[in-house]
Amino acid sequence: MKVTRRILRNPLAIAGLVVLGLAVVLAVFANFLAPHEPTQTALDQAFAPPGTAGHLLGTDDLGRDVVSRIMFGLRASLHVGILAVATSLVIGVPLGLMAGYFRAIDALISRLTDLVLAFPFLILAVGLAAIRGASLGNAAIAIGIAQIPGVIRIVRSETLRLKSLDFVAAAVVEGASDAWVLGRHILPNAASVIIVQATVAIPAAILGEAVLSFLGLGIQPPAPSLGTMLSDAQQFAARAPWAAVMPGLAIMLLTLAFNIVGDSLRDALDPKASRR
Amino acid sequence: MSRYLFHRLWQSAVTLILATIVVFAGVRALPGDPALALAGEDRDPESLRAIREQYGLDDSWPVQFWQFVSHAARGDLGQSIRTGEPVNGMIAGALPVTIELSVLALLVAGVIGIGAGVLAAVQRGRPAEWAANALALLGLSVPNFWLGLMAILYLSVALGLFPASGFVPFFTNPVANLHHLVLPALILGTGLAAVIMRQTRSSMLDALSADYIRTAEAKGLPPRAVIGRHALRNSLIVVVTIVGLQLGALISGAVVTERIFALPGFGKLTVDAVFQRDYPVIQAVVLVTATAYIVINLLVDLLYSVIDPRIRVRGDA
Amino acid sequence: MSAVLEVQDLSVSFRTEDGRISAVDSVSLEVGASEVLAIVGESGCGKSVTAMSLAGLLPRSARVDGSVRLDGVELIGAGKRTLRSIRGREIAYIFQEPMTSLNPVFTVGSQIGEVLRTHLGASRRTARARSVELLKLVGIPSAERRVDDYPHQLSGGMRQRVMIAMAVACDPKVLIADEPTTALDVTIQAGILDVLRGLRERLGTSIVLITHDLGVVADLADRVAVMYAGRVVETAEVHDLFAHPQHPYTTGLLGASPAAGRHADTHRLAEIPGLVPVLSEQPDACTFADRCGQALNTCTASQPQLTRGEHGLACWNPVGVS
Repeated sequence: MKVTRRILRNPLAIAGLVVLGLAVVLAVFANFLAPHEPTQTALDQAFAPPGTAGHLLGTDDLGRDVVSRIMFGLRASLHVGILAVATSLVIGVPLGLMAGYFRAIDALISRLTDLVLAFPFLILAVGLAAIRGASLGNAAIAIGIAQIPGVIRIVRSETLRLKSLDFVAAAVVEGASDAWVLGRHILPNAASVIIVQATVAIPAAILGEAVLSFLGLGIQPPAPSLGTMLSDAQQFAARAPWAAVMPGLAIMLLTLAFNIVGDSLRDALDPKASRR
Repeated sequence: MSRYLFHRLWQSAVTLILATIVVFAGVRALPGDPALALAGEDRDPESLRAIREQYGLDDSWPVQFWQFVSHAARGDLGQSIRTGEPVNGMIAGALPVTIELSVLALLVAGVIGIGAGVLAAVQRGRPAEWAANALALLGLSVPNFWLGLMAILYLSVALGLFPASGFVPFFTNPVANLHHLVLPALILGTGLAAVIMRQTRSSMLDALSADYIRTAEAKGLPPRAVIGRHALRNSLIVVVTIVGLQLGALISGAVVTERIFALPGFGKLTVDAVFQRDYPVIQAVVLVTATAYIVINLLVDLLYSVIDPRIRVRGDA
Repeated sequence: MSAVLEVQDLSVSFRTEDGRISAVDSVSLEVGASEVLAIVGESGCGKSVTAMSLAGLLPRSARVDGSVRLDGVELIGAGKRTLRSIRGREIAYIFQEPMTSLNPVFTVGSQIGEVLRTHLGASRRTARARSVELLKLVGIPSAERRVDDYPHQLSGGMRQRVMIAMAVACDPKVLIADEPTTALDVTIQAGILDVLRGLRERLGTSIVLITHDLGVVADLADRVAVMYAGRVVETAEVHDLFAHPQHPYTTGLLGASPAAGRHADTHRLAEIPGLVPVLSEQPDACTFADRCGQALNTCTASQPQLTRGEHGLACWNPVGVS
């Protein structure tokens, strides 16, 4: 609870939490909160500037409401962000634990990590899109796979550290099984670094989704995504700059909030590092 | 040193072989008959047979793999099914653009990132540190393709400061070449600059609290020597590894940046190939990227051992 | 005897989250030419802070008051530039951790040469030649070869010799050795002490020796200042102090230390009960009163001042005086 108090003492972290909470509410309740259907076109209302009645942030070239599309875009962003990070944790945490705990397979796992690293996430996404087609799910998988090496590295080094501590050694001496030691002693103690890793991985995944959708390798139109909104808006940015500015600001605020919360969480969990 | 070198070479070779297998298997994982995929629109039985012949698709997998590797090793990456051009020629044409863009971006990121990181560490607890930290956080959070769009919208279109798109080869007109690449390099360098800044700051803070810095101060060295020589040299060792790890992000970023500024580079080749289902090109692009990543990281590690005498010179004490 | 280094009423306090904390309180010391003054005390008594404050090496959060004169030149309040020109040239330091006090990425030759190039404007070549001489002076074998070694290639004792070579490169007036042998094996300690003794004899360097090891003090020092909780509680010529300690803390310290010519394992240390107090908590009392076996009412009511003279003492109820 010390951690909670430390975070609540940091005004920047509170601001980040507020923005995050707002984004989550907008995304989850987009169906009820959005003033318009995100995919509903109205050509007679195309290029309405921000502040137009009924269109707070204006409309795009097809007369679709920017606010509504941003809300649903946030939903897609969070969806991909969480899906990707969950993928990377489900695969990366066990591998990281094993790499740190069992010397015998450490080298094997680190070759595997090197292999994944050799395929930058965009190239991975390109390959996956070529094989399985472009979709939200495939974008999330590509991003998730690309994040696995980072998870393995962090969990592995934390496991190595914990393994050398007395209470783990004591459990081993008492004859506890490896699975018991890993699940009962090491994993719970490594939880905090895993959580911090997740909070910095989600914004990275959200940026990744935006990039893929922008290139047409992620969420497919007409489904709203902040990335596809930007790639559409590129065509008519000079005429309706708001359609390009607003989705970008939304992505930036969302990732900024995540990064701020992640930073302050890390500092709160490790006050020694924060003084640095 | 030689043992370390051998070990690293061996690791890289293993990774490269694994990566080749992944690419090879990826093409075989294409839905349906790979010959159909590789043939593209042109689906008469004659050309299908030719493709089967060329790729040895009727042979057993080990034989196919050997064919694939030996062709690739000779630089034969097949032909584009759209244009019929040899793929290695297409890559050779696109790569210089991407390499120049990446090197410029790395330069931008290095200068800004290291400069701001050192400033933040030295100005600990003062407004300059706060500002540098805030900028780094922004740099990490801003989608760089959006930043690129904004730059085109406001700097190129509205103010006319830079060309919004296009490319001029360096040897045709160096000035025009750089003029076209300044904005893309700045945009591509932003995220990396933020990462480098954070790393430089934290390793500078580590270095500045080290005993040898106290020694340097006790020797009466001027701040320039204490910070610029003693602390920075040690911090840069860590920063160099970070740059190696960020290479993947740089490659991914280059693809997007090229797309925005319509640069005829590797990224454009890649994205176009996906949309045209030009599988030989996709396969080649993935293979070349993986190889480049592995080789460059090997070089970074070797560079690392050159900067750090603790690796270069074995202790005999 | 005229003093090379004169410290008067030196006080140091640090700004922390919990307010200002005092670390050194009105310390006065004198070091004569080619004299070795030992400052002894437990860890946390302020002896290292005192040493660091002499040439302005404390962090920004420190406030230093009082006076430090080197050959009559005031150092407290002197400009950064002046202090830099004095550090390494007139006052030089040796630190406790030879493992980490040398920069791992530069050769020992370049780290010694740096001092010569900064202060004497030596060329690369003369700096290198002089570095070899200095390495020989501190007893490093095959110095011509060692000059190009990196710190990690040398043993702890050798590294400490390199630190000493670096410190005496410009023939400083005062050498401040902060626990120079603490991190080293007993067998290597003697060698380092020999080097320091040799420097004092050959170069006439004055040495301020910071240590908690009374064996080292007996070996090298001419005079001793005993510090407790930021104050000097007793100061005397070394034999006088060992023979006639008057402050209860000094007697405790001597009792707590294995006797001269000792084997550390065979004697039980007579520990002084209690902890070193935080100085800011009891400004107007003897700081040792809480742990003192013979404290009087006066001891907790007012602070004893250090008496002047050959054998200075700050105690209301000294040992051996009834």
